[in-house]
Amino acid sequence: MQHLDTVAHAAESPDRPQPYAELGMAVDEYARVREILGRRPTSAELAIYSVMWSEHCSYKSSKVHLRRFGEQAPPNDALLVGMGENAGVVDVGSGYAVTFKIESHNHPSYVEPHQGAATGVGGIVRDILSMGARPVAVMDALRFGPADAPDTRRVLPGVVSGISFYGNCLGLPNIGGEVSFDACYLDNPLVNALCVGVMRHGDIKLAQAPGPGNKVVLFGASTGPDGIGGASVLASATFDEESHAKRPSVQVGDPFMEKVLIECCLELFAADLVVGIQDLGAAGVSCATTELAAAGTGGMSVRLDSVPLRDPSLAPEEILMSESQERMMAVVSPARLSEFLAVCAKWDVPATVIGEVTDTGRLVMTWHGETIVDLPPGTAADEGPVYERPYARPAAQDALNADSPARLPRPADGVGLRDTLLRVLGSPEVASKDWVTSQYDRYVLGNTVLATPDDAGMVRIDASTGLGVALATDGNGRYARLDPYAGAQLALAEAYRNVAASGARPLAVTNCLNFGSPEDPGVMWQFAEAVRGLADGCQELGTPVTGGNVSFYNQTGDAAIHPTPVIGVLGTIPDVARRVRTGFTADGASLVLLGSTREEFGGSVWAHVVHGHLGGRPPAVDLAAERALAGFLADATDAGLLDAAHDLSDGGLGVALAESCLAGARGARVDLPDDPFTLLFSESAARAVVAVRPGAEQAITDLAARHDVPARPIGLTGGPSLEVTGHFSVALADLREAYHTPLPTLFD
Amino acid sequence: MTARVGVVTFPGSLDDRDTARAVRLAGSEPVALWHGDPDLHGVDAVVLPGGFSYGDYLRGGAIARFAPIMDELVPAARAGLPVLGICNGFQVLCESHLLPGALTRNAGLHFVCRPQTLRVESEDTYWTGDYAAGQEIVLPIKHGEGRYVADPVTVAGLEADGRVVLRYVGNPNGSAGDIAAVANEAGNVVGLMPHPEHATDPITGPSTDGLPFFTSILSRLVAA
Repeated sequence: MQHLDTVAHAAESPDRPQPYAELGMAVDEYARVREILGRRPTSAELAIYSVMWSEHCSYKSSKVHLRRFGEQAPPNDALLVGMGENAGVVDVGSGYAVTFKIESHNHPSYVEPHQGAATGVGGIVRDILSMGARPVAVMDALRFGPADAPDTRRVLPGVVSGISFYGNCLGLPNIGGEVSFDACYLDNPLVNALCVGVMRHGDIKLAQAPGPGNKVVLFGASTGPDGIGGASVLASATFDEESHAKRPSVQVGDPFMEKVLIECCLELFAADLVVGIQDLGAAGVSCATTELAAAGTGGMSVRLDSVPLRDPSLAPEEILMSESQERMMAVVSPARLSEFLAVCAKWDVPATVIGEVTDTGRLVMTWHGETIVDLPPGTAADEGPVYERPYARPAAQDALNADSPARLPRPADGVGLRDTLLRVLGSPEVASKDWVTSQYDRYVLGNTVLATPDDAGMVRIDASTGLGVALATDGNGRYARLDPYAGAQLALAEAYRNVAASGARPLAVTNCLNFGSPEDPGVMWQFAEAVRGLADGCQELGTPVTGGNVSFYNQTGDAAIHPTPVIGVLGTIPDVARRVRTGFTADGASLVLLGSTREEFGGSVWAHVVHGHLGGRPPAVDLAAERALAGFLADATDAGLLDAAHDLSDGGLGVALAESCLAGARGARVDLPDDPFTLLFSESAARAVVAVRPGAEQAITDLAARHDVPARPIGLTGGPSLEVTGHFSVALADLREAYHTPLPTLFD
Repeated sequence: MTARVGVVTFPGSLDDRDTARAVRLAGSEPVALWHGDPDLHGVDAVVLPGGFSYGDYLRGGAIARFAPIMDELVPAARAGLPVLGICNGFQVLCESHLLPGALTRNAGLHFVCRPQTLRVESEDTYWTGDYAAGQEIVLPIKHGEGRYVADPVTVAGLEADGRVVLRYVGNPNGSAGDIAAVANEAGNVVGLMPHPEHATDPITGPSTDGLPFFTSILSRLVAA
């Protein structure tokens, strides 16, 4: 072993070359570290700064844009904890608070789909847990390359098995999300995991380390060489290269440890045994120690050699950068330490005191008595570099927008309409995702009210009153490619509408922004536009952004993915017994189309599936109309006027009708006299179809008028087929075949 | 009259709270039992809930059978204490040799979660007295290792003795003889893969067809 790079040694050897470039640091970033420290960093310090100032941890390219979410946040009394903590917290009434967040695990899921996706679930669950909440449900928004591409057969089943393995063993119901396909995701699949947790108002925990003398406890799994990317560069200077050359860069998950960790943490919270808490995710011990110290009294001393190791040969730099899963760090008062350790022992969770809170303003780490880190923690945690990356609207954008789908041939008659419907319904994009969701436990915890294929997932949070929350995630890369500003708003509007269609009132927003390289001005323009669109949209809808995640560098060579903002919307429902489902459950209910339908096919499923076309403009955004529709749906739910409701989005009215028929195992007959093609396949936003409870027809008409929502009666439920009068009829069996066959055929 | 029904929590148990809720809904008093505490606390019956005890890292239920509480439970069950094993609990009962056979990886190799139609084959157990033999019910299934297997002699014996309690209508996992639940000879120990505790509330389950498992044991204990 080479000489340990201590602080004293660093001061004596200012000119020693350091591998900052290999760790992804720019030359001026390295210079700034030297300036902060007044000397060269030790290799351990370099490890900390390199991971904390990485794009992933510091948001250095996105920060200047993300500020909009805070600056433009609509006034909302429900927001208890805003952006910046592990996850935002909203008040949902009756003393309950809910925390939710969505996060990407895209790159690991491409390299190793099963573990990449599994640890994505694990990470977001710990974020929610570290707010003091009991995690109550998860969702996953997944995007893959073409369904029939060979590599998709590797990635998709692996991702699904990883989510299934981890989430099921963890005991969290999986209540929804998305599965979507496009060639742009072939080498860059998107795996975005959402978790929602519930707590009482008084139980909110924050990531901070106040109180000099308080103990810093690391608990959960031991630390191994997982997910250490750049640390190998540092390690190679310390160890012989052979032994550490081929370490996995993807973390390996242990859901059993996470389950025990959840129960252990909740018992610690209930007994009020923690002063501050932080999960260990990206950047592991580096992130937890710097962030806790920076948000607390400001100082911390850590004995890094007391971190329990799975691999005793790990160097200090590797310990600092390890992303081993299922670990938490707590700040505990000395008087409560024995109680804390007793709870951990009850759950067989290893716990080790690795340091203390100090008031020195410095994060000091020792390795067998020698000081290897001595830095102001805020400089690593909060004062990373901020870049105003250049951005410019790509030159090709005009041509893309000019390539209108109006020129595409449309079906000429009833037979053509019928074939088109079956083709769209049977495209992997639209077809049933049962193959995926039947591998997820939706029942565990006993509070799942709605799950896929309903429009939103819904869980009950108080069995005595029926209070519940609904959640939906949506994103549409094709729309955002045509217009990132509108695309972000359309994703927001769709998630908002899905929540409303389930009977809940939308309340707050989380987001996962998946983009290509921020160093490409065209990508940066897409990003800036999407953020601007989302911030404006949230302001207009009155739903604040509570937190989120940015994933850049989703690109292979020069080819970036479609800009893909995935938006999660949370809503509340006072009594889950009033929830509205998508399936038609009674014959003879009148069907009402809500909202205005225009000829809007840019980025539509029809253009994509039938013509392989992407061009023109995405559907127009009308947030006032979205708000009116949501208000109508909430009031109609409260008054018990609805038998079913389904939002119109991918594939339009035709797909929505087919899905509602299949979910309720009964047909429908509709009249679409003027331009049935546009009515069936346009993807105009701010629309839904509802089945009205018999006798409530007039009340629905009146309510729609009151909310200024266009309402057009289009037909009745019932019968063995879906019939468009005068044009075509499809038997339910044929719809079922088209809808349910594609995914099992592709992936079994 | 009520009964005290113990619900065991192993590390990795997942449906323990839902099982306790179902016990309460049926009119009994749930009693939380802890894997590391070798004491049944005088309960009248015990449910081993679903989940992934100890992560199921060797085989489903293979480690849980060595938990301290099992040292008390196994002899008590042999002496007549009513015990219901749901999903992972069924696996624990098989691993403990309180029930014959074993549960292996589903035929399709995937975890399967869905509402499942089942036929009640026997009402002559402590846990199914409130059903009628031949009745069709819908309960959720959610498991990756639910394929019931036993040697042909054992399966034939179970069939001949009327110890097949539930049968799948449409076999989801390749189980021998479509078997979803079996009982011991005395009928006090029953193991099943489907989840009756998740079919007790129409808002959260596909039916309320699971409730009779929990009312049956109460009727039986109160009558005794």
